[in-house]
Amino acid sequence: MANHIVGTEMKLKTGLAEMLKGGVIMDVVNREQAIIAEKAGAVAVMALERVPSDIRKEGGVARMSPPEIVEEIMNAVSIPVMAKCRIGHFAEAMVLESLGVDYIDESEVLTPADEQYHIDKMDFKTPFVCGARNLGEALRRIGEGAAMIRTKGEAGSGNIVEAVRHLRTLRSQIRRLTTLGSEELMNEAKELGAPLALVQWVAREGKLPVPNFAAGGIATPADAVLAMYLGAESVFVGSGIFKSSSPEKLAHAIVQATTHYQNPKIVAECSKGLGAPMRGLDIHQLKAEERLSERGW
Amino acid sequence: MKVGILALQGAVQPHEEKLKELRVESVQVRYPEQLKEIRGIILPGGESTTMIHLLKLNQLWGPLKEFVQTQPTWGICAGSILLANEVTHPSQESLNALEITVERNSYGRQNESFIDTLVAGETWKTFSSDPKPIEGVFIRAPRIKKWSSNIQVVFEHRNEPVMVKKNHCLASTFHPELTDSSLIHKYFLTLCR
Repeated sequence: MANHIVGTEMKLKTGLAEMLKGGVIMDVVNREQAIIAEKAGAVAVMALERVPSDIRKEGGVARMSPPEIVEEIMNAVSIPVMAKCRIGHFAEAMVLESLGVDYIDESEVLTPADEQYHIDKMDFKTPFVCGARNLGEALRRIGEGAAMIRTKGEAGSGNIVEAVRHLRTLRSQIRRLTTLGSEELMNEAKELGAPLALVQWVAREGKLPVPNFAAGGIATPADAVLAMYLGAESVFVGSGIFKSSSPEKLAHAIVQATTHYQNPKIVAECSKGLGAPMRGLDIHQLKAEERLSERGW
Repeated sequence: MKVGILALQGAVQPHEEKLKELRVESVQVRYPEQLKEIRGIILPGGESTTMIHLLKLNQLWGPLKEFVQTQPTWGICAGSILLANEVTHPSQESLNALEITVERNSYGRQNESFIDTLVAGETWKTFSSDPKPIEGVFIRAPRIKKWSSNIQVVFEHRNEPVMVKKNHCLASTFHPELTDSSLIHKYFLTLCR
């Protein structure tokens, strides 16, 4: 068995992700939003300086949140607080760990600090979540020590299409692995660019060795439901909530819909009277360099 | 016999796997009428604030509060917070089933989560003579700060109770569902039979 996925440290890291299952993690930029999120039933909040749709609009370099904002949010709520650092920026991650955040998101939403290497996440006591578009990418991040995987989707787009693509890709690649003979797995590891031990684990168990959540473009309760049906175990909602016309109502509704994703009557009921969701972008109108999901490898 | 697992949010699946291993049928509880078909209920780990919110939103708060007063119940971590009659840090509502005071996130945040072996009390020793120590996985765990004299201590860690029992009702601040042993699940099932 791969050392990455057993052992005390990893059990504590994935253990917290287990506790967040079936829940909604919301992006917040200040204390007030964090309190709204907690009251609406969020299982955790993601502290950041600007939500992805604003990062997209305003441009410039997107960095880790100022520590005082992270602390303000940590002091405002009793649920876990996550925060983002740039891909490869282990110094930002060290700052976040010292602040005591509960999870670090090494995120493509921020401007990458290293175009070649991701952070060696084994070095940290604080668990990491990383984005992935496919199985190879997910297993590379887990190999580096990520304790939770989320789809990248296309953050700040309000469009679920990329998250759906990533969830489906992950699911069908995992399914395929389970059909292969043991002698085929080394070649598969080469093709995926993933550690053999993790490829063998997935082939045997038919799932990722760490919890798998969805992110990137979730804007309505039905979007969250779709992600859950496609294998997500929880959902991250970024710009969707606080860029809608009635954030409190929408936050409540996405939480209720995620819990009852298999009950369309309840989803219908909680989807009523929510006002306008965020406007959203057509993915095909985005230029290659505007796609956040292309960041990282 | 069917055992329910409250499935509004949290670590539901690891409990399902344990019960399956012990050949007991489990059911995910999301609606009040489901309480009528189960012999006992597990309130799993997760976020207690989220669970309270969803219990109320789904008309489960009242029926569950009534259920846990008399029927076999086991609360884990967030579940133990729901069962306490007093909650601090911050204070919040509860189902009021056990005379204990529980402090949330009492050891600190995730960086202070830990795994350690537990010390068995008399209650546990009469159930199991297995000498292998029980491992406690504590994740942003609460602490039982006060307990009444009618509460039995099942396990301790550093001279503090981490699993307690009164009649039909169990509360643990650690996560047996995340370990390889299913002994504590077996123990809970003896209360359900």
